[in-house]
Amino acid sequence: MIQPETKQRSELRSYTVGFILSVLLTVIPFTIVMNHTLSGGLLISALAVFAVLQLLTQLIFFLHLGDERKPRLQGMALVFMVLVVGIVVIGSLWIMEHLNYHMDNNPEVIKQQLDESDDL
Amino acid sequence: MNNITTEQEQSDDKTVFGFWVYLMTDCVLFATLFATYAVLQHNTAGGADAKELFSLPYVLVETMLLLISSYTSGLMLLSARAGNKRSVFIWLAATVALGLGFLGMELNEFHKLASEGSSWNRSGFLSAFFTLIGTHGIHIATGLLWAAVMAIRIAKTGLTNTMLRRLTLFSMFWHFLDIVWICIFTFVYLLGGR
Amino acid sequence: MLGRLNWDALPDVPITIGGAVMLVVMGIVAVAAMTYFKKWRWLWTNWLTSLDPKKIGIMYIIVSVLMLLRGAADALMLRAQQATSAGNSHGVISADTFQQVFSAHGSIMIFFVAMGFMFGLINLIVPLQIGSRDVAFPFLNSVSFWLFVAGMVLINVSLVIGEFSTAGWLAYPPLSELRYSPGVGVDYWIWSLQIAGVGSLLSGINFLVTILKMRAPGMTLMRMPIFCWSVLCSMVLVAFAFPILTATLLMLGLDRSLGMHFFTSDFGGNAMMYVNLIWAWGHPEVYILILPAFGIFSEVVATFSQKKLFGYTSMVWALGAITVLSFIVWLHHFFTMGAGADVNAFFGIMTMIISIPTGVKVFNWLFTMYRGRIIFSTPMLWFLGFVLTFAIGGMTGVLMSVPAIDFQMHNSLFLVAHFHNMIIGGVLFGYFAGYMYWFPKITGFKLNERLGNIAFWCWLIGFFFAFMPLYVLGIMGATRRLDHYDASLGWQGLFIVAGLGVLIIAAGVAFQLLQLAVSVWTHFKHPQRNADLTGDPWNGRTLEWATSSPAAEYNFAVIPTVTDRDAWWKIKQDRQTKKPGNPIVYEDIAVPKNTGVALFVAAGSFMVGFGIIWHIWWLALAGLAVVIASVIHRLNDDDTEQVIPAAEIAASEAARMSRLKQKVAV
Repeated sequence: MIQPETKQRSELRSYTVGFILSVLLTVIPFTIVMNHTLSGGLLISALAVFAVLQLLTQLIFFLHLGDERKPRLQGMALVFMVLVVGIVVIGSLWIMEHLNYHMDNNPEVIKQQLDESDDL
Repeated sequence: MNNITTEQEQSDDKTVFGFWVYLMTDCVLFATLFATYAVLQHNTAGGADAKELFSLPYVLVETMLLLISSYTSGLMLLSARAGNKRSVFIWLAATVALGLGFLGMELNEFHKLASEGSSWNRSGFLSAFFTLIGTHGIHIATGLLWAAVMAIRIAKTGLTNTMLRRLTLFSMFWHFLDIVWICIFTFVYLLGGR
Repeated sequence: MLGRLNWDALPDVPITIGGAVMLVVMGIVAVAAMTYFKKWRWLWTNWLTSLDPKKIGIMYIIVSVLMLLRGAADALMLRAQQATSAGNSHGVISADTFQQVFSAHGSIMIFFVAMGFMFGLINLIVPLQIGSRDVAFPFLNSVSFWLFVAGMVLINVSLVIGEFSTAGWLAYPPLSELRYSPGVGVDYWIWSLQIAGVGSLLSGINFLVTILKMRAPGMTLMRMPIFCWSVLCSMVLVAFAFPILTATLLMLGLDRSLGMHFFTSDFGGNAMMYVNLIWAWGHPEVYILILPAFGIFSEVVATFSQKKLFGYTSMVWALGAITVLSFIVWLHHFFTMGAGADVNAFFGIMTMIISIPTGVKVFNWLFTMYRGRIIFSTPMLWFLGFVLTFAIGGMTGVLMSVPAIDFQMHNSLFLVAHFHNMIIGGVLFGYFAGYMYWFPKITGFKLNERLGNIAFWCWLIGFFFAFMPLYVLGIMGATRRLDHYDASLGWQGLFIVAGLGVLIIAAGVAFQLLQLAVSVWTHFKHPQRNADLTGDPWNGRTLEWATSSPAAEYNFAVIPTVTDRDAWWKIKQDRQTKKPGNPIVYEDIAVPKNTGVALFVAAGSFMVGFGIIWHIWWLALAGLAVVIASVIHRLNDDDTEQVIPAAEIAASEAARMSRLKQKVAV
C-alpha cells in the first residue's frame, strides 16, 4: 500500500503550502490586534475573515476536503454541521440578547437588585 | 456501490467516514461551548475581564506550537503512506513534543489565572473560558495518549494496514483540533484581548 | 473514603422503601435463578458479549420493557396522587416524593423506554432491510448498548441509594443548581443521562454510516425501504443534536461539581441559557423518536394494504424537511421566558410550518390504504389508532405554536396532554406496531393476535380516558406537576377519570405481557400454531422477509443484488417468471467475535458517574482508568473476527430450503 512518489510529492506540497498560508493567516490577525491597527466592527469583520480563510486553508490543504470522490458524503456532513452550528450559535446569540434585554438580565440591573435585596 | 474497491478499501472508507462524522459531532459540542462563552463573556461579576487576563504574545506562541504540530502530523502521515517507519516515529515524536509544549503552556496559563483569583468559579465568563479551552485541552491530551499507544504498537507490529488507517484517523483528529483552536484564538483571545 | 455516601442515603419514606425493596428483591431473584439454573455462562457467551445487532436489539427491547414497567408505576403513583389530593386530603405521597416521581417518570420514559425501544428496533431491522450482515462498527454498537445499561442502572440505583432529582425531566436551573438542590438527586440525573447520551450519540454515528455505506449492491438511496430513510434522518438528528445535550449536561455538572457559574443565579451565570440549550437539543430529540415510528407505519400500511407505499419520493422529501426544520423551532418550548414578539413570531411560524410535511405523510398513508386490500392485523390497528390520536395531538401542537395562545397553555395540563398525545399516540403506538410486525422475524413465531387486539383497545381507550380530561383541566387553568389543589376548583372529577384511564392503559400493558407469555408458551407446546416457517409471514415487500425467521447469524448467505424499490417483492415476482439460476456458490463469512470489553467500558463509566455523584473521587478516577484501559485493550486486539466456513453455511441454507419445501401453509 505504498504510495507512488509523484503523489507523495504533491501531497507534501499541499501540506507545506497550507502550513505557510496558515502561519501568515495567524500572524497577521495577531499583529493587527496587538498593534491596535483596526477597531470596532471593522476589526471584528477582519478577524472573522482571517479565521474563515484559515479554516478553509486547513480543510483543503490538511484535510484534503476537495479530493473526495462522489458521492461527497464528508462534504455533505461538513455542510450540515456548519448549518447546525450556525443555527445554534447565531440563534442562541439572537435569543439570549432578546431575553437579556426583556428580562433585565444585565450587570447594572443585577447589581442594583443585589444591593436592594436582603438575601446573600 | 463501487465494485472495484477492495474489501480493505471499503473497510477503510467506512471507518474514515465514520470518524469524520464523529468529528462533525464534536464540532457541534464545541459550538455549544462557544455559544455559551459568547453569551457569558461579559459576565465578569466584578472580577477580571478578558482584556486584563489574556497575554496575546503568549497565545501566539501556543498557536504556533499547535500549528507546527499540525504540519508535522501531516508529514507523519506521508511517511506512513511511503512505508517509512523511522520517519513516522520522528514526525510522531515531533507532533507529541509540540503538543506537550502547547498543553504545558496552557496549564501554566490556567495555574497563573487561578492563583491570581481568576479561577473557573469566579464568574460566568471564567467558567465559560476555562471549560471551552479546557475541553480543547482534554481533546489534545487524549490525542497525545492515543499517539503514544500507537507508537508502542507500531514498534511491536510494524506499519500494518490497520495502523496506517489509525494514523490517518489520528491525523484527521489533530488537524480538527487545530481548526477548533483557530476559532478559539480568534473569538476568545483576539476579540477578548483587543 | 466514601465521599458523602453514608447510611443516611438509604430511603426513609415508605413508598420509596417499598420501591427500593422491590427492586432489590427482583435483582436477587434474577441472580438466584440464573445461578440455580446454571445459566451464567450461557448468558455471557450467547448474549452479553455478543456483537450481533439482532441480539443487541433484543437486549435493548428487554431493558426498555422493564423500564416501561417502572415508568408506568411512576405514572400510576402520579395519577393516584392527583386523583386524591384535593382540599383536605393530601393524597398518597409527599410533595418531595411526588417531585422525584414525576422527574423519574419523564426521564425514564424518554431516555430508557423510548430511546431504548427505538435503538432496539433499529438494530434488529436496519441491517436486514439494507441487505447487510452487520452494522458499520459492531464493537461500538455493543459499547452503545452497555452505556445505555450503565445509565439505566444509575437511575435505578438512585431509588435505593440516595434520592432522585426533583427538578423535572429537564432539570432547569436555578432549581437544579447546588443552592436549591444540594443533594445527589440532580447529579444522578446528570450522569445517568450523560452516560446513556454518549451511547446514543455513538449509535447515531454508527447507523448513519451503516445506512450510507453498507447497502446491498443496487440498493440506491431511493430504492431503500422507507423505514431506513426514517432511521437515516433520525440518526442525522441524533448525531447533530446530542452533542448539545452532552455539552449542556457537562456545564450543569461543572456548576455543581466545581462551583462554576454557567447557569447559577449569581456570579454572572445565566439560567435562561440552559433553557435555550437544553431545548436546542430537546426539540430534535422528539423528532428523533417519532421519525422511526413514521417509518414503521409506512412499512405496516403498505404491507397490510397489500399495495406499495403511495408517494415514496414525497415521503423522503417530507422526512428531509422535518429533519432540517426540527432544528429551527426549539424556542416554542419557552415562548413565555420573555424573548419578545420578534423572536416568538419567528419560531411560532417555523413551528406551524413543520406540521406541513407531517401532514403530507399522513395523507400518503391514507392514499396507500385507498383501493388496497386491507388486512386489519394488530399492527394495522395500531396505525389506525395512531391516525386518530396523533391528529388530535398535532392540532393541539399547532394551536400552541401561536405564542399568544401558548401564553395561556404553557406548562398547563393542556401541554402535558399534548406531548403525551404525540409520544403515546405517535411514538409508542408506532413502536408497538413494529414490535408485533417484526416479532416473527426475530423469534420465528407470531404473537397472539387476539390478545394483541385487546391490548390495543385498552391502550387506545385508556389513552383517551387518561389524557382528554387533561386537555380540559389545562384550559380550566390547572398547571402541571401539581401535587395538591383546592377542592373548590372542581377538578377532582376529571383527575379521577384520568386515573381510571391509566388503569385501563395498565390493563393494556398487562395484556401485552400476557400476549408474550401465551405466544412463547404456544411456541414451545404447539409450535405449528404460530410458527413462522417461511420467514415471510405477512407477504412482505422488503428484504428482511427474504431471510429465515429468525435470521441466521450472518443474515444473508449471499448478499442480494437489488434492482428495484420493495426489493423482496420484486424478487418474489421475478421468481414466478424467471427460470432458476445457477446453483449458489457459498463463501466463508467473517463475523465479529464476541467480546466483553464493552461491559468494562460501561462499568468504568458507571464508576465515574457514581463516584462524582457521591464525591468518591478515587472511584471516579478508577472508573476513568478502567474505560481508558478497556479501549486500549480493544485497540491492541488483532483477533476480533471469526470465520463461518462456507460448508457450514451451505448446510444451514440447505436445511432451510428443505424446511421451506415441507412447510405447512400458514
